[in-house]
Amino acid sequence: MISSVDIVIIGGGPAGLAAAISAKKNGIEDVLILERDHQLGGILNQCIHNGFGLHTFKEELTGPEYAQRFIDQTEELGIAYKLDTMVMDISSSKTVTAMNTVDRLFEIKAKAVILAMGCRERPRGALNIPGCRPAGIYSAGTAQRLINIEGILPGREVVILGSGDIGLIMARRMTLEGAKVKVVAELMSYSGGLKRNIVQCLDDFGIPLKLSHTVVDIRGRERLESVVLAEVDSHGKPVAGTEEEYQCDTLLLSCGLIPENELSLAMGIKTGSVTNGPVVNECLETNIEGVFACGNVLHVHDLVDFVSEEAALAGKYAAEYVKSDGNHTDAGKEILILHENGVRYTVPEKIHINRMPDELTVRFRVGAVYKNCYISVYAGQKRILHKKKQIAAPGEMEEVRLSKKTLEEISELEQITVKVEET
Amino acid sequence: MEETRNLTCIGCPLGCSIQVEMENDKITGIFGNTCKRGEVYARKEVTHPTRIVTSTVCVEHGIIPVVSVKTETDIPKEKIMDVMRSIKKLKVYAPVHTGDVILENAGGTGVNLVATKEVLTKTK
Amino acid sequence: MYDVVIIGAGVTGCASARELSRYKLNICVVEKEEDVCCVTSKANSGIVHSGIDCRPGSLMAEMNLLGNRLMEPFSRELDFEFKRIGSLILCFSEKDLHKLNDLYQQGIENKVPDIRILDKTELRAMEPNISDQAIAAIYAPSSGIVCPFGMNIAMAENAAENGVEFRFDTKIKNIFRTKSGYRLTDENDTVIETRCIVNAAGVYADKFHNMVSSHKIHIVPRRGEYCLLDKMESAVSRTIFQLPDEYGKGVLVTPTVHGNILTGPTADDYEDKDAVNTTADGLEKVNMSALKSVPSLPLRKVITSFSGNRAHEDGHEFIIKEAEDAPCFVDAAGIESPGLTSAPAIGIRVSEIISGLLKPDINPDFKNTRKGILNPKKLSKDEYAALIREKPEYGNIICRCEMISEGEIIDALTRILPAKSMDGVKRRTRAGMGRCQAGFCTPRTIEVIARERQISQLAVTKSGGCSNMVCGYSKESIQEDKK
Repeated sequence: MISSVDIVIIGGGPAGLAAAISAKKNGIEDVLILERDHQLGGILNQCIHNGFGLHTFKEELTGPEYAQRFIDQTEELGIAYKLDTMVMDISSSKTVTAMNTVDRLFEIKAKAVILAMGCRERPRGALNIPGCRPAGIYSAGTAQRLINIEGILPGREVVILGSGDIGLIMARRMTLEGAKVKVVAELMSYSGGLKRNIVQCLDDFGIPLKLSHTVVDIRGRERLESVVLAEVDSHGKPVAGTEEEYQCDTLLLSCGLIPENELSLAMGIKTGSVTNGPVVNECLETNIEGVFACGNVLHVHDLVDFVSEEAALAGKYAAEYVKSDGNHTDAGKEILILHENGVRYTVPEKIHINRMPDELTVRFRVGAVYKNCYISVYAGQKRILHKKKQIAAPGEMEEVRLSKKTLEEISELEQITVKVEET
Repeated sequence: MEETRNLTCIGCPLGCSIQVEMENDKITGIFGNTCKRGEVYARKEVTHPTRIVTSTVCVEHGIIPVVSVKTETDIPKEKIMDVMRSIKKLKVYAPVHTGDVILENAGGTGVNLVATKEVLTKTK
Repeated sequence: MYDVVIIGAGVTGCASARELSRYKLNICVVEKEEDVCCVTSKANSGIVHSGIDCRPGSLMAEMNLLGNRLMEPFSRELDFEFKRIGSLILCFSEKDLHKLNDLYQQGIENKVPDIRILDKTELRAMEPNISDQAIAAIYAPSSGIVCPFGMNIAMAENAAENGVEFRFDTKIKNIFRTKSGYRLTDENDTVIETRCIVNAAGVYADKFHNMVSSHKIHIVPRRGEYCLLDKMESAVSRTIFQLPDEYGKGVLVTPTVHGNILTGPTADDYEDKDAVNTTADGLEKVNMSALKSVPSLPLRKVITSFSGNRAHEDGHEFIIKEAEDAPCFVDAAGIESPGLTSAPAIGIRVSEIISGLLKPDINPDFKNTRKGILNPKKLSKDEYAALIREKPEYGNIICRCEMISEGEIIDALTRILPAKSMDGVKRRTRAGMGRCQAGFCTPRTIEVIARERQISQLAVTKSGGCSNMVCGYSKESIQEDKK
């Protein structure tokens, strides 16, 4: 039997919750969240460290506390959700096929869909690390779940590859829980993690960080016995003669996140090759009308506060779409936002001036570390924004705000360009 | 006694290397910071560094085996492992609610340890 | 006292066990690993070869052609995945065209059905993503792909259902001749007496053969490294080979029965029979060779890499016969590629030899079919819903990437030859085999294994032995204050 709903939200993590709350507050009663885990909150449930919510709540919360604020609102607003529910398929006409033990296999026809499935970790195989395949090799998030949800310690002597925030946080977590973290290796010449995490997760415990290093061999037949680290050259290739063996029973990998867009791709949604997330317009709407995306499924964020903010917009636009009976206000011409010169991508990637808000936030990442640079925005040939940055680094998402008024004043606007400039 | 402490500022991604010169535990100079926040951070970090500790505590009869906890406020950095030792053998019973005090005066810091998550009682 | 002890629960041993279970024989399979399909049988191309490249008149050619023909009925009887998708052998230069022709002639001589040479236009029409540099190819429509785990496990389960005993974690240390046959001892000095032995020990077959025979054989582990790519629709739809060289068939690009793309193998001879590590050079070579065949192959979609050892006998020929100076010791040795393809035929050949020796009665209760683990994805929506109503665990998805339910994992853990470890579950159900490589499902699979096997989560292993997944509970090893 097919039931129908105004807005279905795929995923009950921070993005899905914020989108649902916003959709409801914008006047849509019939909102349904489908969540695959047995509780709402998504990955925040296992991120038990503090540091969440400074932007949103002006206080420092742990992951579960931040999630709880949104879960409480979801409950108060009476938003419907189904837990332990796996979405198997979404058709291009917005019929969702899902499954759980109670409703079994069921279909829901939605007027609008908000994609909020989050992301997954890059596995070892995708990193092309050679060596044996013993037990004891975990992605950092898997270890985080084992420790923080199950109370189980994956190993006692640990090497971590990747100095993104999850890798750093796990170095501290494993140390506090009684393991010895021997070293954190980072392929790049800089860490993708926050300075605060380097100081408080590594320096506090005397854990060395080896920049420009990677794992070149994994040894051990049953359980991991050791890994070999080597220095890499400027192309990321290991330098012969720099190998160093570390005895360990555990290797944690924190080497990047990949948006989980298998459902999106199967329904015909176009994704960007840099973000691996859907290409969206100013309404965070994908190439399929009435299908919106937000959070880490759209592009990987560093701060959950921005996920919540973005998702609230997706919820609002989805609500407007439903209220207009699926008829968008005349969008007018589509303007592409191009990224050049150090800017790797932008979200959104195209906008309609008619429909954009008075001020539109465009988020992006740079491809290298830039000091004392400018972030510039050009509308056609005209520079409309020139923002000085002391530092811009790949690990920190950047943003610029585009003013509708400024853009409207430019005649025959074809494209907008965001770039890094030296002067 | 004179000494120089080297710090990395955590205020922003710039991560300035800050040198704090000290004489008999008094700060005589702060160098390397590029903004006021760096100075404030350095001053605190050399005289009275504190951290919030987050961990888990075992839960009996809960839907999950452990509940996440934190020190209600920051504690002296050198007491981090004292807090961990104080909760090593601790066990609480479900249900646990966000904000519940799990342990008073954790590790002798004078700061309470509170739950940061709801853990309901296992039904079956 | 057994009638037959089979050393090795790989595909050769299990095929032999399954065929021998047609007779009233007391059979035992001994395996040093914790499960079937743990060594060479688990790490190979999963190809059902056409038999073009076997030396005409060789036992390999005979077994390959017969195995290929038998694969379809076997896959139906034993319920494992097999698809006859055809293969192409690419030729990249004018000067190699004569080699392609020679190979084609060899295929004709081997009686490989329906092969033909394609020109560039036909080739491109058939596989649009093939390199422009390929100027011709041999097309062999009889070639296919199989799930190597599925096939090995199917044969083992059918053998077990027909009364064959399996002893795992049993590493044979010595074999002695006795009046009535052989006495085997394992590392724990357990004694096993038998009338006949089938030596299906893969890379170790020379060791066992040489314990009882003065006609020594020598097997070298020839390592092959592979990369597995995520599922994709549009790369290639047939198995793509390049012209073979002295080390074998070269690097292939093929769809798997589950819709992934597999590339590899390399071929390098090593000393260590147990080492199956991949190497940076090996993986690089696989990638470069795969791109030569399919330049647009999206290598960033690699989800894992692995390697396996072929049991390469010096004479590059299967040895399937009673050892000359060791009566009732039957070798199935040197079973390298096309060993997987040949397995059904090898099983029958071994069974013929043993039945000739022991003259056993037919097992009247022999059941030739076996039902695999229920795959709900093959059900209609209504049937699927009905299944969940009856068994709710089928509505609880554990592995998101492959959409594997708790029901399927429980099935794997409670079969006649149950999975015991993470890898055992993975090979039976595909849980953990997808694009996140068990990142999400590991904690939940550990939980289900521990619950079903009634063991502690700490005792759950990746692949038996000391391969424990986790080491203890949090905080256990926090040191007490030194004060």
